[in-house]
Amino acid sequence: MGEKIMVKGTEAIGEAAIRAGCRVYFGYPITPQSELTEYMARRMPQVGGVFLQAESEVATVNMMYGASSVGARVMTSTSSPGFSLMQEGISYMACARLPGVFVDVVRGGPGLGDIQPSQGDYFQIVKGGGHGDYRLPVFSPSSLQEAVELTIHAFDVADKYRTPVVIFADGMMGQMMEPVEFPDPIDPSTLPSKDDWALTGAKGRKARYVTSFDIDPYKLEKMNLVLQETYKEIEKNEQKWEEFMTDDIEVLFVAHGTVGRIVKSAVKLARQKGIKAGLFRPISLYPFPYKRLSELAEKVDIVMTVEMSSGQMLEDVRLAVEGKAETPFYGRLAGVVPTPGEILEALMKELRR
Amino acid sequence: MMEHKLIAAGFGGQGVMLFGQMVAQAGMIEGKHVTWLPSYGPEMRGGTANCTVVVSDEPVASPVVDKPNEIAIFNIPSLLKFEPMLEENGILVLNTSMIDREPTRKDITIIRVPANEVADKLGTLKAQNMVMLGAYIEVAKTVSVESVFKALEAKMTGKKAQFLDVNKKAIEEGMKIARQQLG
Repeated sequence: MGEKIMVKGTEAIGEAAIRAGCRVYFGYPITPQSELTEYMARRMPQVGGVFLQAESEVATVNMMYGASSVGARVMTSTSSPGFSLMQEGISYMACARLPGVFVDVVRGGPGLGDIQPSQGDYFQIVKGGGHGDYRLPVFSPSSLQEAVELTIHAFDVADKYRTPVVIFADGMMGQMMEPVEFPDPIDPSTLPSKDDWALTGAKGRKARYVTSFDIDPYKLEKMNLVLQETYKEIEKNEQKWEEFMTDDIEVLFVAHGTVGRIVKSAVKLARQKGIKAGLFRPISLYPFPYKRLSELAEKVDIVMTVEMSSGQMLEDVRLAVEGKAETPFYGRLAGVVPTPGEILEALMKELRR
Repeated sequence: MMEHKLIAAGFGGQGVMLFGQMVAQAGMIEGKHVTWLPSYGPEMRGGTANCTVVVSDEPVASPVVDKPNEIAIFNIPSLLKFEPMLEENGILVLNTSMIDREPTRKDITIIRVPANEVADKLGTLKAQNMVMLGAYIEVAKTVSVESVFKALEAKMTGKKAQFLDVNKKAIEEGMKIARQQLG
């Protein structure tokens, strides 16, 4: 690890990707993540990598498909409407079992929306905006240091399970600055080999292909079953969460990403008022840590979800809580960021009921 | 626990963002936990630029602040917006070159800084944000002047290095003004 430096969120994610050995980046500018594209344009040539600005997000995701199929560590970043355009290609990559890291710096929607921070892409990212039976591991950082660590982790998870992985960020995380410590860079030549599946040239071995297609339903079902086995492994191994002040809880908040850290301040405010509040912060949104949340729900009467959306993660929270506690919701929409005071007020309203 | 929650606000171009970045960077140099959050909300359309800085002994939870305990105000719209939000007994550093009206709060500490005039005398009006910064660190004691100088040296490299001395001088002048008013 080096010394601490102040960086913007977009730069933190970009630099982390390069240190993870990513040498191929495709992108198309869109606010509020254009600084990440810009950072990669500057950095990739310095490390002997490839930066390519595609003509659209649709082209971007198909370039990801191509570069990944020959074994490269590939990445793109975009914001909500751009991520929507990538969905078809992501479904193709999932079926073809191609690793790749996608960063969605979520902004207010629906439609063209605005350029302020939001978490309204939860359904699109976590439940899959594309077609067919696929899942994507999704990680939602709440600080820039965590964004660095999760970006590097995302590449490892993508390669290990041969799947696209998404970093769920938002406009606030993209624009804010915080000190981070970057780990030492990984030499891409030392990464685990992909020679057992990647299209590296068939000289001296049997030809192989990477595809997301089979006209024979029985064969396609077999491909599907391999995916489903992979998702079972991912659900078993890749759950991540943080618990904050949950030892003696009477009330539990659930929030992810930047809202997660805002809620930590609300937890402290509640405790000043004598309310024993705590926070459960899912870090992996898929696989969602249902089991641990279910255990915590047994200790409380209220599990309150806070999001910058109309209550999308709330559905997963309710699946975990299974009626063991009340599950009220507080959310702001369209790019409005909730403050600790507003969150506390929403909780007090629930407690007075 | 020590936690400074600062909002710096003014028009775009007054150097408000850099003001906040220098406080955050200096805090980091001192080994404190810091966040810097630029105004990134619907209020940008109203014409003001602002940033929120948190400097703390503990990891910073929310980078979003309901009630700052310190505000550095560079123009009238920002005074109207942020003075009511200031925590009880908070600190207000006011650029009186730009603001010809009196704050209404009686419970707070007010430092009045004719930042533009001071910077102008030093030869560059642009350094008015550094005059404000000097006054701010003198009254709020968030970070030491040595750390701010180090932060400035890290920021102003290459072509910008020639402006380092005048910026340091501006910070010292700001500190002097605050010291005089604090008595």
